[in-house]
Amino acid sequence: MIRFDDVSFTYTEAAGPTLHRVTLAIPEGELCVVVGETGSGKSTLLRAINGLVPHFSGGVLAGTVTVDGRTTKENRPRDLADVVGFVGQNPLASFVTETVEDELAYTMENLGVPADAMRRRVEDAIDLLGLQDLRDRSLRALSGGQQQRVAIGAVLTASPRILVLDEPTSALDPAAAEEVLGTLARLVHDLGLTVVMAEHRLERVVPFADRIVLVPGGGAPLVEGSPEVIMRSSSVAPPLVELGRLVGWDPLPLSVRDARRRATSLRERLAPLTPPSPRVAPGAPTAANEMAATRKLVVAYGRVIALDGVDLSFSRGEVLVLMGRNGSGKSTLLSTLSGARQPTRGTVVVDGRDPRSFRPAELIRHVGLVPQDPGLLLYGESVHAECRTSDKVSDLDDGSTAHTLERILPGVPGDRHPRDLSEGQRLALALAIVLAPAPALLLLDEPTRGLDYPSKDRLIEVLRELAGDGHAVALASHDVELAARVGDRAVVLADGQVIADGPARQVVCHSPVFAPQVAKVLAPEEWLTVDEVRRALDGALPA
Amino acid sequence: MTRAAAPRRRSLHPVAWWLWAAGLAICAMRTNNPFLLALIGAVACFVVSVCRTNAPWSRSIAFFLRVGVLVIAIRVVIEILFGQRGVPGHVLFNLPRVPLPSWAMAVSIGGAVTLESILNAAVEGLQIAVILLCFGAANSLASPYRLLRSLPAVLYETGVAVTVALAFTPELVLSISVVRQARRQRGIPVTGLRGLRGVAVPVLESALDRSLQLATSMDARGYGRRVSLGQGSRRLASGATTGGLLLVAVGLYGVIDSGSLFGLGLPILAVAAVMCGVGLAVGGRRSARSRYRPDPWRRPEWVVVGSGLVALGAMAVAHALNVPGLTVSFSPLAFPSIPLLPVVGILVAAVPAIAAPRAISPSTWQGIADPAAGAPTAQSSDARQASSDLSGAPA
Repeated sequence: MIRFDDVSFTYTEAAGPTLHRVTLAIPEGELCVVVGETGSGKSTLLRAINGLVPHFSGGVLAGTVTVDGRTTKENRPRDLADVVGFVGQNPLASFVTETVEDELAYTMENLGVPADAMRRRVEDAIDLLGLQDLRDRSLRALSGGQQQRVAIGAVLTASPRILVLDEPTSALDPAAAEEVLGTLARLVHDLGLTVVMAEHRLERVVPFADRIVLVPGGGAPLVEGSPEVIMRSSSVAPPLVELGRLVGWDPLPLSVRDARRRATSLRERLAPLTPPSPRVAPGAPTAANEMAATRKLVVAYGRVIALDGVDLSFSRGEVLVLMGRNGSGKSTLLSTLSGARQPTRGTVVVDGRDPRSFRPAELIRHVGLVPQDPGLLLYGESVHAECRTSDKVSDLDDGSTAHTLERILPGVPGDRHPRDLSEGQRLALALAIVLAPAPALLLLDEPTRGLDYPSKDRLIEVLRELAGDGHAVALASHDVELAARVGDRAVVLADGQVIADGPARQVVCHSPVFAPQVAKVLAPEEWLTVDEVRRALDGALPA
Repeated sequence: MTRAAAPRRRSLHPVAWWLWAAGLAICAMRTNNPFLLALIGAVACFVVSVCRTNAPWSRSIAFFLRVGVLVIAIRVVIEILFGQRGVPGHVLFNLPRVPLPSWAMAVSIGGAVTLESILNAAVEGLQIAVILLCFGAANSLASPYRLLRSLPAVLYETGVAVTVALAFTPELVLSISVVRQARRQRGIPVTGLRGLRGVAVPVLESALDRSLQLATSMDARGYGRRVSLGQGSRRLASGATTGGLLLVAVGLYGVIDSGSLFGLGLPILAVAAVMCGVGLAVGGRRSARSRYRPDPWRRPEWVVVGSGLVALGAMAVAHALNVPGLTVSFSPLAFPSIPLLPVVGILVAAVPAIAAPRAISPSTWQGIADPAAGAPTAQSSDARQASSDLSGAPA
């Protein structure tokens, strides 16, 4: 269905090729997952399938890409719109019309599909993707998962044979991600579509994949094969696979079900051992270590209530993970704590004061917020310039911010424009800027979006270190594996209310949605990470 | 396969709303009787209050009302300050006169302010306010997106550009506030010239990013596939359309102001219509697009447009018959008569309140999505059925 014959691609003004002599064949009806570190060329590979690379991106492409018998050399992306459906990373940015139904019809209108066929296919797509209740809705009023499903439906109506998706679940909560992936799996099984998708969070996609293509980056040759084969040697692997490797299961389990069926003996071995105790003793925070608190906090946007009577306290030395589905009020809570939003009712206290009463220059010593898009904090001409601005504003010694950056992520090129950094580097720079003045309360909104496993590990180290130094850290995340590894305390929000608040171990283990894979496999024992299990088996933990 | 299609509450064709509003607006241009004007405004507001949805643009009527009040106020204030003096009437109060040099004879400031002059000014302001209100009504009732969708094929690309811009504006505003907050987080003041630069750069960068993403998506989804057309036809299409549109403007001017263009307004308008038609027809051949569920033009549309035309017709007939009370003057002070024929005509224009179908359900535009809605519910048998439909349909 898709053939890459000796394809090399170099972006204009790039030092080396992004793709180097790639030969790849993806047969019809396969769900193929493209994995690799940030900036390794995953997106380039995906975009080459429908000709966006090089027709839209510029650059030089050698070799041929053939899709359904048509080469991208002779066909522009718009000419391939009836064969390849392309769904970008941010569905909202790809919407052309205003309402769901019009969006579903847009591609067909461009293809000149007759009116009656169009009507039929829109109804089919609505049924197939469960969009019945949304058909008249404004696209901008949909939740993230709904938007992603509409974006898939909008290319599906043109009856393509191939769907290409660039990180379709990166912005979604675990439940919405399951929903989208389930939909994709059904499309592959029921319609025989060929699906090619890039994804960072392997734990989400590996059970669905027929084939995994590993893009190592730097022009190194691709590695491809079935998930079982790739996972045996891959440097990036979901926790399930790591658990399987640790215990020596063969073949490796790819789904929680596989692993659970094999884990009976492991559970017996672990039963007499106790999972490590929480890093900070849970319980009522004492007045001495309370860093910030909200009392009966209500925040409303017009008639929509985003936070509804939230009572929370944030303690020194504690990492608090905020979870909850898209739109449950996590971001609102963080921005209210940072003084960006006025409470409708109730109070917010940070370091004994209302955060809104701080002047900007004072604020950064008390609260630091890394927003969902770290690029928002960056506007300088280069990394050096950003660091210098930060030193000056915070009244720090010259080079403090640069030093912090070096500690978080060594080797970020200082003369590079922030826009040209990789996702992980940009996050590191934003973190360094926020951290340099050492705010007592550090807030992070979705810090792992688009981060690969090594960057994530480093982030976790930095956060733990900060908590150890007595900072209060709160992060909102959909990433349950991250929450399991870094969190001391977990708070789950739903419809603006706190529905669970307690030690991370108990909170995530008792939720089917937020439980990490290891916890699902080893339930009812409360183990969270492969690392814990490894240490327990090595006898590092008391029986 | 038979399927119980979800009942879609139809919204009236946006062009029908605009024609209806234009009828009322032209009525308002042809009279300065305050009672007729007030009646026109009341009818427009009434229809809007009954027929509007809670889409974002529906609130624009309130904005137009406010502008209208402002127009009247400004007109009256100007009259008080700079109004013509020397006309006899009931003096309300005297403003001190400001002596002006002899070359500014035509302008006077201050002096005796008469009730008559204020009333005349207020009525003039009212006329402009009511015309604005008619446009506000059309704005509130017709979805700008659906209006753009009814554009002829040759203007399609312009339409897309406008649609994208319309959707983009609120997001730009949002992104400005987000960036300002992020700047505050960095401890950098957000006011002043340097603050402005710090806000503008990220906002523009994210705007550029978004437009690139949108362009990618549009390209990947077949935007711009077209049948090639000869150079000559293309010139003919754009020439005829542009010329036609210009003539429409000239013709409309002639029609509205009956004293100008030697009564040639209507003929010019006819020529303009033909030219536009030719341009659109030739240009339309270029695009291989088809249109999904175009807004139908059925009886309610005719009724709505008809009601506007009745109001306009009644006004025109009244003018032809020289019915007293269409043009009134408050010097000498007199209570204006109320001509029956235009009143009946204008009242007919309220018919859309019952004739127009109720537009799309209110839930459509609620700000925040309902997260519980929409787990995939299609059964697998249904999906298989759908699959055969999807693959079987002609590409």
